Amino acid sequence: MNHPSFPRCLLAVALAGGLSLSNLAGAVDTIKIGIAGPMTGGYAAFGEQFWRGASQAAEDINAAGGIDGKQIELVKGDDACEPKQATAVANRLLDQDKVAAVVGHFCSSSTIPASEVYADAGVLVITPGSTNPQVTERGLPTVFRMCGRDDQQGPLAADFIVNELKAKKIAVVHDKDTYGQGIADAMRARLKELNADDRVVLYEGLTRGEKDFNALVTKIKAADADTVYFGGLYNEAGPLLRQLREQGLKVNFLSGDGSLDPAIVTTAGGPQFVEGAYMTSVREARNIASSQDVVKKMKEAGFDPAGFTLYAYAALEAIAASMNGAKTGDGMKLAEWLKAHTVPTVLGPKTWDAKGDLNETSFSLFVWGPDGNYTEMQK
Amino acid sequence: MDWHILAQQLVNGLTLGSIYGLIAIGYTMVYGIVGMINFAHGDVYMISAYVTAICLAVLFSFGIDSLPFALLVTLAVTMLITAAYGWTIERVAYRPLRGAPRLAPLISAIGMSLVLQNGVQLSQGAKTQGVPSLIPATLRFGEGNDFVQITLVQLMIIVVSLTSMAALTWLIQRTSLGRQCRATQQDRRMAAILGINTDRIISTVFVIGAAMAAIAGVLVTLNYGSFDFYIGFVTGIKAFTAAVLGGIGSLPGAMLGGLILGLSEALFSGMVNTDYKDVFAFSLLVLVLIFRPTGLLGKPEVEKV
Repeated sequence: MNHPSFPRCLLAVALAGGLSLSNLAGAVDTIKIGIAGPMTGGYAAFGEQFWRGASQAAEDINAAGGIDGKQIELVKGDDACEPKQATAVANRLLDQDKVAAVVGHFCSSSTIPASEVYADAGVLVITPGSTNPQVTERGLPTVFRMCGRDDQQGPLAADFIVNELKAKKIAVVHDKDTYGQGIADAMRARLKELNADDRVVLYEGLTRGEKDFNALVTKIKAADADTVYFGGLYNEAGPLLRQLREQGLKVNFLSGDGSLDPAIVTTAGGPQFVEGAYMTSVREARNIASSQDVVKKMKEAGFDPAGFTLYAYAALEAIAASMNGAKTGDGMKLAEWLKAHTVPTVLGPKTWDAKGDLNETSFSLFVWGPDGNYTEMQK
Repeated sequence: MDWHILAQQLVNGLTLGSIYGLIAIGYTMVYGIVGMINFAHGDVYMISAYVTAICLAVLFSFGIDSLPFALLVTLAVTMLITAAYGWTIERVAYRPLRGAPRLAPLISAIGMSLVLQNGVQLSQGAKTQGVPSLIPATLRFGEGNDFVQITLVQLMIIVVSLTSMAALTWLIQRTSLGRQCRATQQDRRMAAILGINTDRIISTVFVIGAAMAAIAGVLVTLNYGSFDFYIGFVTGIKAFTAAVLGGIGSLPGAMLGGLILGLSEALFSGMVNTDYKDVFAFSLLVLVLIFRPTGLLGKPEVEKV
């Protein structure tokens, strides 16, 4: 182990001093922005991605002069992926912290009720990861997405199941939550279009928080399925995969972006259970040209910006750009500005349609390797 | 339905039911002796899952590669630490309220449950933790694709829970400690007059309940591999239901209730629908309580004069 040398210690002290000074200076004129997501609870891995990505963005934007000369100050909001807590957090961010805009939330079942609160107050909110169509389908003018929709993501999986895997019997499992059942239904809708809905031999929901899905697995075995599609998050996807493999089912396993996280290796109990599983998710942002500087910087700071990290980064960039462009804090005006302009982000230039959805989105298919890492599949 | 699918669902249900039963013992014993529901019991089970993982990690980092030895040490350490939790909880949260109305220790128990959950969340982090699959051994009966299988861990769960159940029943029925427990249960003041240290007996019961939860924690961690600070709530509710179903206060009732709950969940899920398995399990509970308000093996409470 390296002991920090004396000059480096001095540097650290100097840096810390500098930081506190800039905080003091910034306290006079800051713009508060809420970062809301599951910071605790079973899905905290995604919340950490939001927070790390947004923090890096705030640091970089502040270093470049901030918003109209004002520094960004982030406020953390923890919804633990609980709808009730999400509205409470939204109210707290607005009433107590007086945030000017929000990056969040993660679980669609949290984003949907929370966005009602923001929209009522006319505050701009951009979600980096909520893919359920209902997020932007309710006509709320200040709600935006930095990602695609499940009616784009689900069909990608359905096409792959029918065209590439040539599945004959498909078992569809979901977690009875807004996101999980939504994406499973979107996948199934595409199967209908492909005239393959009669291949669905099982469609059932499991309960979030449980660990024993053996009865369901035996049922899948009895149905003689060759492919399992799961709509849900890694906490349930892991044990489900493990129990499928333990009962000797050599089925293809597909899931969505809620399961694509290294944490699934832990919840499954080892990479050998996850190997070969396919998952759709937002495009791998760490590989595109525009993100290389940020990726390098974050990796040097000891955090691998996987999953939604760079999407949270881009969401904060879009908020800052709209505030710089529209010269106002009024959420309605910011929303109008975003819908009329192209915003350069770490993910490349982005534009939004009238609903707040991105004009161009793409999902990719990923596959898990034997070492517990996933790679984007080439199209 | 093929015989091997039905048999497999029976194995699934028996495993799940044995786990419910093991945890239900803690609820039922405490209720039997002090007449209160120890809502923190599910979280004691959650603690034991964390202790198991930490203990295994420590043992493996010391280079101990004999799995049976590591598991035995882990079991012993987990039982010890979890029992200490059980004892402390009783001492801190319940004993000072011994003379208070029934509602007070109940609220205290809910508070204790929140303390444990949030304490673990803050100290261990909110992320799901896990141990890798350690015992992949599986027994398979049947040919080709038509087989029934039981993993070694599942077999251990069923055998260990039935054995613990039998051992505890023997302890309560046949030993001096058991006689003191039963005396304390029947009339605490009279037992005290006859020279039984009732506070110590009540502590012992909490310790035994926690130790049973520890056994469940070790086995469940081996079987499912992952856990978080919230598992005590989900499993605790089910185990509590099992205790009520079997007749709260009755030891064999806890096991019977657990097995019925586990089997009904697995069979309903397998034959009808997974979405509604909890609806079915709890409807069953309501039905049983309508016709037998004290549960399957429970005795009606006699008002003490």
